[in-house]
Amino acid sequence: MGTILFELALTFYFAATIISIIEIFKGGTESSKPMLFIAGAGFLIHSASIIYRYAAAGHLPVASMHEASSFFAWCIVLIFFFLEYRYKIGLMGSFIMPMVFIMMLSSSVLPREIRPLSPALQSYWLGIHTFLAFLGNASFAIAAGIGVMYLLQEHYLKSKHLGGLFKRLPSIQVLDEINYRLITIGFPLLTLAIITGALWAESAWGSYWRWDPKEVWSLITWFIYALVLHVRLTAGWRGRRAAILSIIGFLTILFTFFGVNLLLKSLHSFS
Amino acid sequence: MKILVIGLNHKTAAVEIREKLAFNGPKLEDGIFGLREIPEVKEVALLSTCNRVEIYACVADPSSAVENIKKFLSDFHGIQRSDFEKALYFITDSDAVRHVLRVASSLDSMVVGEPQILGQIKDTFDFALAKKTTGVLLNRLMKKAISTAKRVRTETRIAENAVSISFAAVELAKKIFTDLSGKSFMLLGAGEMAELAARHLVGNGVTDVKVVNRTYERGCELANEFNGKPVRFEDFLQELANTDIIICSTGAPTYVLYKAQMQKVLKERKHKPVFIIDISVPRNIDPEINKIDGVYLYDVDDLQGVVDTNMLERKKEAEKAEKIIDEEVEKFLKWMSSLDSVPTIVALRQKAEEVKNEEFEKFKNKFPELDDEKIKAVEYLTAAIINKLIHPPTVALKEDTEDRDELIAMIKKLYRINGDDNEE
Repeated sequence: MGTILFELALTFYFAATIISIIEIFKGGTESSKPMLFIAGAGFLIHSASIIYRYAAAGHLPVASMHEASSFFAWCIVLIFFFLEYRYKIGLMGSFIMPMVFIMMLSSSVLPREIRPLSPALQSYWLGIHTFLAFLGNASFAIAAGIGVMYLLQEHYLKSKHLGGLFKRLPSIQVLDEINYRLITIGFPLLTLAIITGALWAESAWGSYWRWDPKEVWSLITWFIYALVLHVRLTAGWRGRRAAILSIIGFLTILFTFFGVNLLLKSLHSFS
Repeated sequence: MKILVIGLNHKTAAVEIREKLAFNGPKLEDGIFGLREIPEVKEVALLSTCNRVEIYACVADPSSAVENIKKFLSDFHGIQRSDFEKALYFITDSDAVRHVLRVASSLDSMVVGEPQILGQIKDTFDFALAKKTTGVLLNRLMKKAISTAKRVRTETRIAENAVSISFAAVELAKKIFTDLSGKSFMLLGAGEMAELAARHLVGNGVTDVKVVNRTYERGCELANEFNGKPVRFEDFLQELANTDIIICSTGAPTYVLYKAQMQKVLKERKHKPVFIIDISVPRNIDPEINKIDGVYLYDVDDLQGVVDTNMLERKKEAEKAEKIIDEEVEKFLKWMSSLDSVPTIVALRQKAEEVKNEEFEKFKNKFPELDDEKIKAVEYLTAAIINKLIHPPTVALKEDTEDRDELIAMIKKLYRINGDDNEE
């Protein structure tokens, strides 16, 4: 049952991705109804699969790479729909849906069995800490997607070749604004995730901070986004610089997420 | 009955001729009634815009109708025939249908894709309807023209691209700022093109307007026109930090704004984007400024480049539109040919035969005892009745009278003969 739901969600995301890519070449200034509908259906099925797994495992399903990638993708889609509802940004799906699909695809190739949680981690902190972290990271993920859109649109404007997607991408001001807003949402979430993580670490392992690779990289991420906000507010680093920084920030997150788990030994690694 | 278009437009006639032939204000009503008086003209509608004067008519005999219409135009407007005759075109049949559809879809406009013409066609139609100068054919044609124009607008992107420099400037500004309302704008210098672009920006909601001119009085004048405030030329640098859009067109022989100055301005305004349009030739703004992060500098060639790309795009869309026109002309002609008498006569006879056969079968079943001879007699009788009944309408349909189209339409309606594509 859980497998079927997961595969179904993956299939729907795949279809939405294909449509969103077709939209790059052909389409209007708003996301097409079929794309939103299929992505929406995928999201509902995905939600059901997460709930199902939650029930089966007895905790938020973020305890293996498979679960975590899937949950990360789910958070991205959640924020994507929020933005779609609020701003109706044309072509956003074409930049976000492929990201969601790749995330889900990597989840699908990882081992799926539900393994018992080590007693140290059995705590309500698990849900709170990880949910905050993933929601924050999902905001940053979309901020990076928007940043790519910004750089593309800015390139059209600067080079004065106004073909391609120029007509259909939103104005650079809107893209900059949304990028900024997403970071102002993601940053406090990440901050809270680190704080709750420290509290949890204290109760589970006996100390707030152990310089575990994941902790270190999260801190680096936190500093990057703190810098993004700081230079924006003090020196007016907006636009291109902000877009580039948000993309760098997201690459750091990806490393923290995949790299640390796969390459470095960490308490946060999934056993 | 033939559809005839006779008229002139911006391609065939200079404005001096167009304005002489225009039907403005009360002239429109007098004109349309005057045209209706011409004996060959059965239905008529009259379009008069600044770029074209066209008469749409249903006529019995096109060549004599054209003669009479020319005469009417000459008398009505009090001008010599030789003055306008060369500019006049007249088209009939399928070409006329195509022409009307293309005009309504803005494919024949001076600026292809401009949206006003459809409204003008609608007005023309409404006016003719109100004055009762049109009939079956023209009503249908006008409706077809309007629905085709709508189809062209929804199925192609013909009207989407800015094809003048000042519109291109607004289009670009919207890709930088989204919403122009509340944005501040500086007109640096003066000049026809700069003022036009300024007017477009103000029309799109730019509120805070500053006008800089070397002659302060001229600056005040322009500022008045745009509801802005005049700024002395010596002071314009100070104002730049609070300016989002600049249009520059001073006659200065050198740059009036350099990269280092602009870098300072950007720092002051915390790198908020600035859109600069330099229409001056020679250029007044150091082109290096475009390299500054957050500054988008377009000179007159850049804007022309944007316009050219858009023109190309429009041409492609126009090709798509022509295909739509082809389809719709085809449909219209099919409908028109269904108004032809022969198929109607055949259909009428068929209908009568059907009724006869049906009733005759019923009769035979009812009276099985009748012998063949009697049955033959009855069959003969029914056939005779039917022939007598449909003879007069058949003759009427065959006659080439002026109201034949309406007659055909009427008979089809009365006897419920289809063949009409039931469009409305």
